[in-house]
Amino acid sequence: MRDEVNDGIDVGYVAKLARLDLTDEELRSFQEQLRDIVGYVRKVQELDVGSVEPMSHGIPISNVFRSDVPGSSLLQETVLKNAPSHREGQFIVPKIVE
Amino acid sequence: MKSLGELTIVEALELLEKRECSSVELVAGMIEVIKERDREICAYVSLDEGGAFEQAKAADAARARGEKCRLLGVPIAVKDILNVQGQPCTCGSAILKGYVSPYDATVIAKLRQDGAVFLGRTNMDEFAMGSTTENSALGVTRNPANPGFVPGGSSGGSAAAVAGNLAIAALGTDTGGSIRQPASFCGCVGMKPSYGRVSRYGLTAFASSLDQVGPICKTVRDAAALLDVMAGHDSMDSTSIDVPLTDCTAAMKKDLKGLKLGLPREYFVKGMDRSVERSVMAAVETCRELGAEVIDVSLPHTEYAVATYYIIATAEASANLARFDGVRYGARREGADPLEMYCNTRAHGLGREVKRRIILGTYVLSSGYHDAYYIRAQKARTLIRSDFEKVFEECYALLAPVTPTTAYALGEKINDPLQMYLGDILTIPANLAGICGMSVPCGVGDNGLPVGLQMLGPAFKEERILHVGHAFEGAMTQKAGRA
Repeated sequence: MRDEVNDGIDVGYVAKLARLDLTDEELRSFQEQLRDIVGYVRKVQELDVGSVEPMSHGIPISNVFRSDVPGSSLLQETVLKNAPSHREGQFIVPKIVE
Repeated sequence: MKSLGELTIVEALELLEKRECSSVELVAGMIEVIKERDREICAYVSLDEGGAFEQAKAADAARARGEKCRLLGVPIAVKDILNVQGQPCTCGSAILKGYVSPYDATVIAKLRQDGAVFLGRTNMDEFAMGSTTENSALGVTRNPANPGFVPGGSSGGSAAAVAGNLAIAALGTDTGGSIRQPASFCGCVGMKPSYGRVSRYGLTAFASSLDQVGPICKTVRDAAALLDVMAGHDSMDSTSIDVPLTDCTAAMKKDLKGLKLGLPREYFVKGMDRSVERSVMAAVETCRELGAEVIDVSLPHTEYAVATYYIIATAEASANLARFDGVRYGARREGADPLEMYCNTRAHGLGREVKRRIILGTYVLSSGYHDAYYIRAQKARTLIRSDFEKVFEECYALLAPVTPTTAYALGEKINDPLQMYLGDILTIPANLAGICGMSVPCGVGDNGLPVGLQMLGPAFKEERILHVGHAFEGAMTQKAGRA
C-alpha cells in the first residue's frame, strides 16, 4: 500500500495552498530542500506518544477573559494610512464578483 | 572616559543623574558613533534622529523637574519587528516597505513610560526566520568581532549593535534562540524571558506560542534593569501572565554557594566545536569555584527538539503570515482578481526562507498530514517540557552551551537550511518548554570568535538565571583583571 503520509512533499501543490507563486528555480530548489527537511522532521514519528497530551501552547492557560468594557481603538483613518488602495473608508481589492 | 557606545545602562544612568551628561548629548554622541562605524557593521536599518532628540529633550526636562523614571534618557535600539508609533517596521521584509506603525507595542509603551529613548531600528532575518541575519531584504549585518562572519540571528542587528558599541542596549525577540544565539555569536548578554513574561502585543508574530521579547545588553545587571521595565501582564495579550517579577537586583548575589546547577549531558552534541566545549567547561568550573554544586542531568528528548520546533513554528508561521496579502498594508502587486493579487504580492514581497517555512508549515497542517506531523510534534513538545520539569525539581538552574559552534562565516549556511536549523538545537528546547534562558559571554573559540554560556531556569524564575549570570560575569571580570 502506498504510504500517503510519508510519500514526501509536493511543493508546487502546497505552495498553491499557501498562496505563493514560485519561480521554476524556487520550485526546484525548494523541492529538494524541503524533501530533506520533511525527511528530518518525520523524526517526531519515532516517539511513543500514545498517552501524551498534546501541548498547544507555551504555558497551560485557557479561557482568558477581560471585563466587557468598551475601550478606544485605532481611528479608521489611521488604519487606512498603510493601505495600498482605499476609498470611502474601505480597502480596495480587484473585482471579485462579475 | 569610555566612549559613549561602550556605556552600560547603569553607567549611562549614573552620568545622567550626576548631570555629567545630558540625554541629548548621549543621543548626539551615539548617532555620531553609529554614522561613523555602522557603515561596516550594518546593525541598523533606520535611525529616528528627530524622534530621538525630541524624546531626549523631554527626558532632560523631566530630570530637571526631579522626575524619577527607571530608564530616563537612556537611548536604546529596537529590533525592526516591534511596532513603534510613527516609525517604519519592516521585519526585514520587502513586503513591509513603506509601512508605518500606527501604534506602540506594549513593551515599547512601557519603556517609553519609563523614559527610554528610541534611537533606531536594527536588522534581522525576515520575520525573525533565520540564524544569521542574512535573510534580510535590507542588507547583511556583520559580526563586530570579525566582519567576515555573521552576527547570528534573527536578532543579529541588535546583538551586533550592542557588542560593537553602537548601542547601549537593545531589544530582541527569541522564538527558537534568536536573542541568545546572536548574543553568543557577538559576545554580549541576551535574555529570553519565560513565555508570557513580556507582552507580545505589537510584536509582529512569527510563532505565537514561542515568541518572546527580551533584552540584549552588555551586562547581566543591564538585562535585569530592562526586563524589570518590560515585564508584566497586559490585557492586550491574553497569553501574558500575571506573575510578579521577583526583585532581580536583590537576587543578584556575588556567589553561588549551596546552589545545585545541572549540566544536561545531551547538550554536548556530536560534532560540537572543541573550543566551544572547552570554554563552556571552564565556565562550569568557574561556577563551581563560586560555590555551586554542578551535577550531571539528562533531558532525554532533546534530540527531538529541532524536528518538533520546525513543525510547530512553521505551522504557526504559515497562519500568522497569511495576513501579508497586499490588502490592508504592505507592498501590493496587482493581479486580475484577488487570488492573483495575493499570489503576486507574496511572490515578490517574501524572501526564500520565509517561503520555505510557509510551505513547510502549510504542509504539516494540511489534511492527511496534520496528525502525523503537527499533533505528534505537540505531543513531543509535552515530553520536552516534562524533561525540564523533572530536572528543575532538583536543580536551581541549568548550565549549557548556547550553540555547538561559534559564528558561521558569511554565506556558509545560506544554501543549506537543514544544517542551519540543526544549529538551533541547544536554544530551541527552552522556547518549546516556555522556560527562561540567557547567554552570557564565557570566552573565545579557536577562531577568536565569542562563545556564550547558556543559563536555563524554570518558567517565571528569571531571578535565578540573572543571579547565576551575574555571579559568573563578576568572576570572569575579576579573572580578566588578574590576567
